[in-house]
Amino acid sequence: MLLMKMIRSDKPGAWLLAILLVVSIVVPVLNLLVPENSAFHLSTYTVTLLGKYLTYALLALAADLVWGYLGILTLGHAAFFALGGYAMGMYLMRQIGERGVYGDPVLPDFMVFLNWQELPWFWYGFDQFWFAALMVIVVPGILAYVFGYLAFRSRVTGVYLSIITQAMTYALMLAFFRNEMGFGGNNGLTDFKDILGFDLRADSTRIALFLASAAALAIGYVLSRIIVSSRLGLASVAIRDAESRSRFIGYRVENIKLWVFVFSAVMAGVAGALYVPQVGIINPGEFSPLNSIELLIWVAIGGRGTLYGAIIGAMLVNYSKTYFTAALPEVWLYALGALFILVTLYLPKGIVGLRNMRKEKA
Amino acid sequence: MKAMQILREFSRRDRVFDFLVKAMPPELDVSHNIILYLEGLNKSFDGFKAINDLNLYIETGELRCIIGPNGAGKSTMMDIITGKTRPDTGQAWFGQRLNLLEMDEPEIAEAGIGRKFQKPTVFENLTVSQNLELAMSQDKRVWPLLVARLNAEQRELIDEVLTIIGLNALAVDLAGKLSHGQKQWLEIGMLLMQKPALLLVDEPVAGMTHQEMERTAELLTSLAGKHTVIVVEHDMDFVRSIARKVTVLHQGSVLAEGSMAEVQSDPRVIEVYLGE
Repeated sequence: MLLMKMIRSDKPGAWLLAILLVVSIVVPVLNLLVPENSAFHLSTYTVTLLGKYLTYALLALAADLVWGYLGILTLGHAAFFALGGYAMGMYLMRQIGERGVYGDPVLPDFMVFLNWQELPWFWYGFDQFWFAALMVIVVPGILAYVFGYLAFRSRVTGVYLSIITQAMTYALMLAFFRNEMGFGGNNGLTDFKDILGFDLRADSTRIALFLASAAALAIGYVLSRIIVSSRLGLASVAIRDAESRSRFIGYRVENIKLWVFVFSAVMAGVAGALYVPQVGIINPGEFSPLNSIELLIWVAIGGRGTLYGAIIGAMLVNYSKTYFTAALPEVWLYALGALFILVTLYLPKGIVGLRNMRKEKA
Repeated sequence: MKAMQILREFSRRDRVFDFLVKAMPPELDVSHNIILYLEGLNKSFDGFKAINDLNLYIETGELRCIIGPNGAGKSTMMDIITGKTRPDTGQAWFGQRLNLLEMDEPEIAEAGIGRKFQKPTVFENLTVSQNLELAMSQDKRVWPLLVARLNAEQRELIDEVLTIIGLNALAVDLAGKLSHGQKQWLEIGMLLMQKPALLLVDEPVAGMTHQEMERTAELLTSLAGKHTVIVVEHDMDFVRSIARKVTVLHQGSVLAEGSMAEVQSDPRVIEVYLGE
């Protein structure tokens, strides 16, 4: 009921969900049923690539929710993505078992290499999928809660908030780079074998991961849309545009910011957890502040404060990145830079702003 | 002996322990017919005394105009009442029981003090009726907000306020598209949605055309009685047209108080303000 009503009032969103549905049917068919020598065959490499884009899109959606609707310019959202990724990576590490290079039944390779005798306490439980899945949600959620509680309560806003979000992800990156932290240091976690007993390299597993990413994106979109079209969403926009005014009306600005921020962080964590088994590695580089900034560029290019714009932006930028690195390996960075400049200059409301511009002209 | 006394104290049956008494949020009590008490307020910013031993009492249901030259402390006084600024010394009570100095902005708003700012700040990216919906007095915690739906009663209230402020035809337009005067009215409408006992209205007619001014005067006088209204205004013609009782602020304290005619004939007032 609610869903139907929502879809009717959000045409682009309905399109997005329809496209996701079609893609989730067409991609497995083209990959698994069409023979490999056919022109219509979709390689598993492409499927994984698409799956990766979907997780990026979910991350962009999470960022748009806090940036586009609450005005929190977060420069550290990739940290939640990476934490979700690490939680999933730890599960996948434990799944390797005796098949590691050193053949230790319990300890992952890097711990054997570091001469550790037993599993650190924070690795307990990650041999169970349900526990890892829970941690994918809980760890980014708790970090976001603690961080948000401190930052929003003391009314840190604007540029200062951006800087401390950046500091947060930078500090996490430095910490995860250290071998003593017990997360594989520089190399991170890799060499995964299987997930829930299925071989990670098998086509069918890849397809399943792709479908899971598409489903996560669809659910994430619907939940975000429910939030922004509720009165909580109205209040968020009010806070974004006139924070102290909303306070005088009686809104607890810090609580609203906190809970939307936590929800967004959890969404980013789920995106990270789906990303890791598809790319096969998670390392501290994912915490790099640059990643968080690039993420905002996806959102800006797509058009912030629309939700679907963030998804379009993430897809488009990452596709062109893949395309340019192959087609123009020497100049791809310039090509990407040119794209950013063009969009900022001529499409201040991003790509989805084009639609409204044409409507206003007509 | 002492132990016995303590034991007896503990076993008294005519009262309960303090921690068992539920903390009741004190309600607005205006049994003495005074809704706002400001007593002995002082506030200085970097040595400049913005408020200097200010004493002000507002009766329930009155429409009070506060005038004063620039820097007289009008805005600082409003800030103190709404919890934005804390005074250095002095007291501020809302009714008999609510100590404004112990409450923060949302609490004060919730208790029934609404403020309209000098510069109209409506939420420009929301529609007129969404602005009113947000301003409505309601459960403003996160989860209730997420699941809240407009019920018939609330819709009626929004329609009623839209009629009072005369923006019925513009209900679904973005607030950013309204004219300056219309934004001011929308602000007053947002105040009304909170059903406040006390309305603080800061320079409501700044930048308005003459017709808009007349409408605003009508609007404010119609609100008095049901609500208590404090208007801070520079425009003398406007004050003359609505005022029953005027307070003149000067250098952070009350210089004169009374009807417009009394105040205008006060030589001190003429010297600092009207004479210029």
